[in-house]
Amino acid sequence: MAHPADVLAELHTLRAENATLRARLASSSPKAATAPSPAHPPPVGVPFTQKTRLSNEEISRFSRQLLVPEIGVQGQLKLRNASVLVVGAGGLGAPAVMYLAAAGIGRIGIIDYDVVEASNLQRQIIHDESRVGMLKSESAKQTVSKLSSLCECTAYNILIDSSNAMDVIKKWDYVVDATDNVATRYLLNDCCIFRNKPLISGSALRMDGQLTVYNLEGGPCYRCIFPKPPPPETVTNCSDGGVLGVVPGIIGCLQALEVVKIVTGIGASLSQKLLIFDATTMSFRTIRLRGRTPSCAVCGPHPTITKPIDYVQFCGAGPDDKAHNINILPPESRISCHKYAALRLDAFPHVLLDVRDKIQYDICSLHHSLNIPLSELPKRIPELTAAATFGEHHEPNLPVFVVCRRGNDSQLAVKMLEETHGFTHVKDIVGGLEAWARGRDPTFPIY
Amino acid sequence: MPLSITLEFSGGMELLFNNEKRKQVTLPDSFAPGTATLKDLLPWVRDNLLTERAELFMQDDTVRPGILVLINETDWELEGELEYKIQDGDVIVFISTLHGG
Repeated sequence: MAHPADVLAELHTLRAENATLRARLASSSPKAATAPSPAHPPPVGVPFTQKTRLSNEEISRFSRQLLVPEIGVQGQLKLRNASVLVVGAGGLGAPAVMYLAAAGIGRIGIIDYDVVEASNLQRQIIHDESRVGMLKSESAKQTVSKLSSLCECTAYNILIDSSNAMDVIKKWDYVVDATDNVATRYLLNDCCIFRNKPLISGSALRMDGQLTVYNLEGGPCYRCIFPKPPPPETVTNCSDGGVLGVVPGIIGCLQALEVVKIVTGIGASLSQKLLIFDATTMSFRTIRLRGRTPSCAVCGPHPTITKPIDYVQFCGAGPDDKAHNINILPPESRISCHKYAALRLDAFPHVLLDVRDKIQYDICSLHHSLNIPLSELPKRIPELTAAATFGEHHEPNLPVFVVCRRGNDSQLAVKMLEETHGFTHVKDIVGGLEAWARGRDPTFPIY
Repeated sequence: MPLSITLEFSGGMELLFNNEKRKQVTLPDSFAPGTATLKDLLPWVRDNLLTERAELFMQDDTVRPGILVLINETDWELEGELEYKIQDGDVIVFISTLHGG
């Protein structure tokens, strides 16, 4: 069997190739058709010439900003001479990159190894429909190029990790953390300490956003506040928890704003502070955080970590926000969507238990299914027992098939039903409703 | 006089507490003003208010990694963490850090 990592790698290669072909179709310009090199980041160009005065073009272009007393000509020159690395061209990175480029930051680097998907467009406004399938770093760079010829933009189509982060980060003045996972957040924090770069860190989920600035003028780092990573099972990502698009948009804009303020000398407002945005009540609150922690493993006076570590091992979770598939049941406790579809066609008596949350069940479901979310299953066993008990029997006598979105929770449910609640005829539908949609019913939605 | 405080849950913590973001509570008499601490409060919150699995909230005698506690708008680390003595009218916030983007 092919290793999942190999399959993923091949998927990425194929997507990149697809993106290249799309780009060639979409544009007659030979430049747009240049294949991005997946393994090696392009070198940052020739040493950037620092400017001491603005051109007439720059004066016209940035006039509204030049007139702001806090910015002025000197501030604009500082923006022009600054370089900012944005890690992640997603919901946070999209507006952050666009506002930084628009504001006149001289050099911007964008790191992302993913490709644009349709489900990104609700919040990642640096991409558009024509870019679906294209590398996000390339797509973001194209948007920057259209927006401003004054900005020198570098796209890094890489997965940033312990092997390359130190080299990449050293080339930039400031780092914006616009990533979507815990492992990369610790990686960026540590490398920003080692390279002494301020880290402007944002995050968002559902209706909530958070923002803070680490490692600036003696302020704390991420590890000072969170020395231990959260248990992986407590981390919710946007593809499972959802996110209202404008929420990361707001946080990404504020990240760009903090960068502009730090660069121009207005000063950061969020060093040693955490901004908490609650979109439900439209409240912004800023709270005071502890300072640099003397016992901190990276920024304390006696650090125990002095170079990048294995962050996937440290966090117990990979450097992405993708769902990871489990396989905890023996084959006899599982059924393929094809075999299950055949049973449905035969009107084979059974119970179909859908263990997704109601919010997901409302999006789409198979007919005649019983919805009991996994978290409620232990206390709602009697409902399942009643549904699975037919005729004169007093014990469940109908087989139960369990389905969920991707086939993970359904396995947990089968295990629970067998081990704790004594069900004997219970199977999970392999791959869940996504497999159903891909393999059996192309009209069934995937979300 | 029993202690009366406000608890707030943010960043997804509310999902562990019946989706309530803000709750006014009067603590039982065992919470004596001047001596009751956050160390006493956490298990009480877990046993009386938590509606989901306990390990999503606590680990050993403190909050699990990834939860930030604020006492009256300030990082609890600056206020003595578990040893902080609860005062009437305190606002205590539990925030889950977010990682999405």
